[in-house]
Amino acid sequence: MQLKEVLDKYPQSEDYLIEILMDYQKHKMHHDLTEDELKTIATHLNIKESKVSSVVTFYSLFSLKPKGQHVIQVCHDVPCHVNNQPDVLSTLKTMLAIDIGQTTDDKMFTLEYTSCLGACDKAPAMRIGEKTFTKLTPNKIKAIIAEYRGRKHA
Amino acid sequence: MPEHKMLTKRIGDINPLSIKDAMEKGSYKQFKKALSMERIDIIDEIEKANLRGRGGAGFPMHIKLMSTAKQEATPKYIVCNADEGEPGNFKDRYLMEKDPHMILEGMLIAAYAVGASRGFFYIRGEYDQAISIMKWAIEEAKEKGLLGKNINDSGFDFEMEVRTGAGSYVVGEEFAMIESIEGKSGRTRVKPPFPTDEGVFGMPTLLNNVETYCNLPFIVEMGGNNYKKIGTPTSTGTKLISLSGNITNPGVYEVPFGTTIREVIDTLGGGVPSDRKIKMVQLGGACGPIIPEFMLDMQIDYERFEEFESKTGAGAIIVMDDRQDLFEVLLRIVKFFEHESCGRCTPCREGHVHLEKLLRKFFKHDGTPNELYSLESLARVIHQSSLCGLGQSSPISIISTLGYFRNEFHDRMAFDGGEES
Repeated sequence: MQLKEVLDKYPQSEDYLIEILMDYQKHKMHHDLTEDELKTIATHLNIKESKVSSVVTFYSLFSLKPKGQHVIQVCHDVPCHVNNQPDVLSTLKTMLAIDIGQTTDDKMFTLEYTSCLGACDKAPAMRIGEKTFTKLTPNKIKAIIAEYRGRKHA
Repeated sequence: MPEHKMLTKRIGDINPLSIKDAMEKGSYKQFKKALSMERIDIIDEIEKANLRGRGGAGFPMHIKLMSTAKQEATPKYIVCNADEGEPGNFKDRYLMEKDPHMILEGMLIAAYAVGASRGFFYIRGEYDQAISIMKWAIEEAKEKGLLGKNINDSGFDFEMEVRTGAGSYVVGEEFAMIESIEGKSGRTRVKPPFPTDEGVFGMPTLLNNVETYCNLPFIVEMGGNNYKKIGTPTSTGTKLISLSGNITNPGVYEVPFGTTIREVIDTLGGGVPSDRKIKMVQLGGACGPIIPEFMLDMQIDYERFEEFESKTGAGAIIVMDDRQDLFEVLLRIVKFFEHESCGRCTPCREGHVHLEKLLRKFFKHDGTPNELYSLESLARVIHQSSLCGLGQSSPISIISTLGYFRNEFHDRMAFDGGEES
């Protein structure tokens, strides 16, 4: 989706800044926002570029760096931690051969931490894009990753 | 004591994606009844019911309602706080995904009572499914004429929209949320003025948690005097509990206030799996106290929780068995708050960094009596000198464990026999 299409969806008012940024970033292949895009949004909403920049850097879900096509976010808060047997993060690190904060060479996956996903009753949990996966086991993680890898060729 | 299903009674029975189904099962009946009542009488019933906030702070709702209602400035706004970011809590997600119209009905009653014309439903960005369901529910309510102009020919106008968060815990704090709704970074404001005086866009704003609003249709239906028969004299009604951790049956349970934590864990949760022992239980979420097994007979009650110098919390109970290491848990909690501090208050911004350093020493069995003293005093400084609920409550886990699990801190020191200085 083009930035202009997203801007046209919302009232031209600065209180929609976060909505616009979230909506647009979701549609981008590598889930990042560029300086030029921030400039365009600032001009459109008639606010300072520095303000847009401060909002983007305040909220954890925004990124100024390109990520993999699928961002895997692993919960590491207490309810998931006490149910984390076997270790979800180690399984993912081994499977993808990357560390937390890194992206696979084929730009398919980025591995991140997330704060609580509110799925504590089905711990351990992780989120890929807009989908939350729960009650994770190594086999389940393998199946999920294989499915996402398969989509590349689909 | 069994569950007392009021808010959750029809969950599982209704289709959250169908307003028709929800209305056939009673949705919006109490809102229509409220429209025929005097505004002051609705607030009066809520005062009689003694409804207190379910988001964590437990503030009496009628005070907020009255304070917003008496403002002359318009437009007035109403906000639903669905930024459920406190680790261990998932009851608001459950309510949104299972019965969205109950929440909307509660908000409509509150909006009518205070004379608000526009509502913001603020949901954290991580809750994709809840966001879709609430947006759909609002669209359906518009089509049915329950939102918009001259609702039910009452002359009452009210519109509502969903706003999404973007990954910030502190935005769950009322003024940080108001800043976020205005499109800004979520940093709190100095109070007073309170949101009911100057909230969103500087206008009077009523802001409450999802579960709090859900209670309003029931209060309108049964009246405040009947409502307050549920629970205890000081804490009326029911509380949704998010039960997680090392527990056989994790999930959301609705219990009357006065139920003990042990009843929730043993009777409803089925106890700890594999016959292990409970080592500790965290109440409320990351911002809450960690208590030992012998304290579990404590009642879930606003008054009881005051002994922890903390607020009631949103109702999370996180059970940890005897395999869990207290220091690993504390480190995770401190790192969480270190990341989520908005940076405005120095004790909170800098303090968590040093709390982590100090805890790491104990984690590695390398603490000293001086470091124990520093940890304790720093935790108290953050607790007492931060502007918002984040810094005020983030050190509660440390403060509580320094009381109940002090031996473990001593056991983690680099040498034995040192007196605390």
